Formats: sequence, structure tokens, C-alpha cells
Amino acid sequence: MYFDSLSAALSMDGHGPYVWSAYAICLVVVALILLAPRRRRRNILRRLSAEQKRQQHGQISGNEGK
Amino acid sequence: MSAVAQAPGPARFCLVLLRRQLTLAVRRPIEIGNPLLFFAMVVALFPLGLGPAPDQLAGFAPGILWIIALLSNLLTSDTVFRSDFEDGSLEQLLLAPQPLFLSVLAYIGAHWLLTGLLLALVSPVFALMLNLSAPAVGVLVASLLLGTAVLSLVGGIGAALTVGLKRGGMLISLLILPFYMPVLIFGSAAVRNAVLGIPATPYLAIIAAMLCLAIALAPLAIAAGLRISVDA
Amino acid sequence: MWSFFHKLGSPPWLYRIAGTILRWLLPVTIVALCVGVTWGLLYTAPDFRQGNSYRIIYIHVPAAAVALAGYYVMAIAGAVSLIWKMKMADVAMKSCAPIGAALTFIALVTGSIWGKPTWGTWWVWDARITSMLILLFLYLGVVALYEAYDNKEAAGKACAVLTLVGMVNIPIIYKSVDWWYSLHQPASIKMTGDTTIDPSMLYPLLLMIASFYALFTCCLLMNMRAEILEREARTGWVKKLALGYRS
Repeated sequence: MYFDSLSAALSMDGHGPYVWSAYAICLVVVALILLAPRRRRRNILRRLSAEQKRQQHGQISGNEGK
Repeated sequence: MSAVAQAPGPARFCLVLLRRQLTLAVRRPIEIGNPLLFFAMVVALFPLGLGPAPDQLAGFAPGILWIIALLSNLLTSDTVFRSDFEDGSLEQLLLAPQPLFLSVLAYIGAHWLLTGLLLALVSPVFALMLNLSAPAVGVLVASLLLGTAVLSLVGGIGAALTVGLKRGGMLISLLILPFYMPVLIFGSAAVRNAVLGIPATPYLAIIAAMLCLAIALAPLAIAAGLRISVDA
Repeated sequence: MWSFFHKLGSPPWLYRIAGTILRWLLPVTIVALCVGVTWGLLYTAPDFRQGNSYRIIYIHVPAAAVALAGYYVMAIAGAVSLIWKMKMADVAMKSCAPIGAALTFIALVTGSIWGKPTWGTWWVWDARITSMLILLFLYLGVVALYEAYDNKEAAGKACAVLTLVGMVNIPIIYKSVDWWYSLHQPASIKMTGDTTIDPSMLYPLLLMIASFYALFTCCLLMNMRAEILEREARTGWVKKLALGYRS
């Protein structure tokens, strides 16, 4: 490793805040674009399965009512 | 003998459309005056915001005048197709046998004659108010004449894509401002160089080249946009 | 050959194939990103002139490169959807836009942060940064136009037209801004200094660029899967998929 210690790596001769904040922002945005579609897909599937359950129950109770 | 009238050829149709647009516009002179009034008022805003010092104003004058012309053009581009869309004449135009390319050019041509041309002719007055030096005024008018034509064509693309939308509003500005930027860069550069006494013909030539490209390609995009909007 | 294109247009096939690709591409991408970041951040020597702040290059340049490439992917997808009326190409185009916007945002922010220790200011109107800013506007314009249309089929077509117009304009915009900037700043500092880059610095950069391309592909495929599910929600195969889905 180029840096001698963890504190040296964090401060980077004064450039530390810039470098680390840039990488942090990048990490946040990359995490967002990776996780958002997963959540969207899960929400869609969850919604569809809930709809199907409602329809099934509606049919069953409809049949029982007859 | 056949009593069916011959459909007018494309060129003739184009001229007829152009005349129609101009006639319609002339019936509402206030709407022609609006962009010019906007231009005048915003010209006043800059000294109010930046301070009345004559040299400072003169230094920024090329950019200021060009930006205001750009914004005035932006404001009016939304209306190019809107009224015809709303009363159904646009749909009829799409069904007409004449090629849409030339018909679209007629609309844009009318728009330019009513906004860009007038803006260019009126600009010397405002140039004076901002202390633009005399030799540059001619270049200003020339650059505006060519540049606003490009702006009208590009604005037409945005108008065609958004004419069917209910909540259009600011959207057209978001869409076409990036495409306005090269025209602004070279237009204001032309005037700035004229102020310094350097010949501005290369910059005017570049704007003219953009105009040729725009005349060739923009109507295709506008026609596609109109079809999408009307069919939506 | 033809049957391949035919299959490409089939939503369930595309959904499945995307899922298969993602199963290995996603872990590979994440590992590559971690390795690249650690390498660039901690295991390379600092730049002679810029010191440690040059390390931002390992995220700035890949983000910028993929953001620009992504626009062309979007444009090609749009063209395919317009010309051959492939709905899946439409899905691809729509899915590219937010990812491209996010990557452009990363490029702009990291570029700005890099500029502060290097040139002393948070923002410099240099040709590349200004062009990146305009690219962000182009991406956001596509997103805004898609959302504004109620009829999603028309939305796709309108965005395709807008993207193609943008593609024609990008070289013009870049050249204009480049020329404009050279007028005002003759001694422009090249942001990447890549003419004389040392191999020890080059390899992690190449790894990061490749990882970002992989990242773009992963996000694109994930977005497309979600979009396909939403559009095909009423069909049999989606209903079967959703049957008994436990979150």
C-alpha cells in the first residue's frame, strides 16, 4: 500500500476530504442505480401477487355465496 | 372532362400555407408585439441588475442582446403548431398529399418572419441602449437574422414533440435550450469580434452553415414529432 | 440469425436471458469495482503535479466515458425502435436515460471536487465539463419528455426522435464549446493529463473503465427487467411469475 498508516490514507496530505468525499458521493449514486431497479421489480411482483390473491379470494367467496 | 381540381404542387402549397400563417398572425398584432416587448423589458433588466456603467454594459452587450433574443424566441416557439393542433387543422395537414417537409418549412418560415426577423430589425435600438459600438450593430443584425432562423427551426422540433401535451409548459425550454447553445456561442462571438474590429464573417459563415444543416434536417424531425403528437 | 432478432423482441425470453446474465455479471461488476477502487485509492503512487487528488480520476473518467457512450446506446436503441418498431428496443432506450443521467452527475460532481485542489475553484467552464453539463440536460430532457406523455407508446417514439436530434447535435455542441473555451483560456489544463500516464496508473484506470461499462450494463438489464414486468403485467407468463411471490 502506498500510505504508511490509516490516518495517512485518510488525510492524503491535505487532499483527503476531496478524494474521500468524491468517492463517497460516487458510492451513494452507484448504490442507488443498482438498488432502485431491484426494488421496483420486487414492488411490481408483490403488487401483482397481492392482486392475484384478492382475485382468488373473491372467486372463492363468490362461489361460496352461490 | 374531369371536374376534380388538381391538388396544388408542393411549392405552391407551401406558399399558400405561409400566406395563411402570416394572415392569421397579422390579425392578432399584440401577439407579434409580445416578443419585442419582452426583448425591450429584459434589456432594461440588465442595467438594473448589473449597474448602469456604460463601459461594463458595452462589454457585455453582445452576449446580453443575444441571450435575450434567444429567450424571446424560446417563448414564442411553443405556439407554432398549438392553435392548429387544437382545432384539428394539423391533423388535416398530416393527411394532405403534399410532403410534410415543405409544409413544416412554411410554418417555421412564418414563425421566423414574425419573430426572428422583427427582432433582428429592432435590435439596433436596444444595442444603442446598451452602448454597443456602431460597427458591431450591423454584425448584430446579420447574426440575428441568420441565428434566429436556426433557433426557429430547432424550436420547431421542440414544439412538434410537445404540442400534444397538456402539461407542456416549461418542458419545451428544457428540451431545446441545449440545442440553442452553439448558435449563441457563435452569434455573440461574431458581435464581440466586430466590437474589437476583427472581421466577423467566419462566425457568420458558421451560423449560415448551421442554418443549412437545420433547413435540411430539422423538418424531418418536426414532421416525425407532429405525427407522434397527433397520433398520441 | 433472423430467429435471434425475433427472440430479442420477445419479452419473456429477454427477461429470462437478462436474469441469467445478471446472475454472474452483477457479482463480477461489484468485485471489479471494489478491486479497482482499492487499487486506485490505496495502491498507486500520487501524481507528481497534482498530488493525491488525482485519485479522483479513477471514478471521474470512467463515469464520463460511460455517460457519453450510454447516450449513443440510447440513441441506437431509439433508432431501432423507430425503424423496426421493436418494443424491446423502446424498453432499452427508456431504461438508459436515468442511468446515463446518474453517471453524468457523478462525472460532474467528481470533476468539480477534483477541480478545487487542482485549480482552486469549484467550477471551471472548461470545454469538457461544460459539454458534460449539457449532456446531463440532454438526458434529463429525455426523462422529462417520457414522463410528460400519457400514452407510453407515443412517449417512446418522441424520446427516440429527441435522442436522435441530440445525437446529431452532440458533436456540434462539443466543438462549439471547445472552440469557445479555447478563446478564453489558451493555457487549458487537460483534466486527465493522459498523454503521459504511467502504466502503474493506467491499469487501474482501465479496470475501472471496464467496470463502469459492466455497471451500466447491469443497471440497464435490471431496469429493463422491471420495465418489461410492468408493461407485460396482464400477460400469462408474468401472472405465473407473480403467483405466490413472497417478498
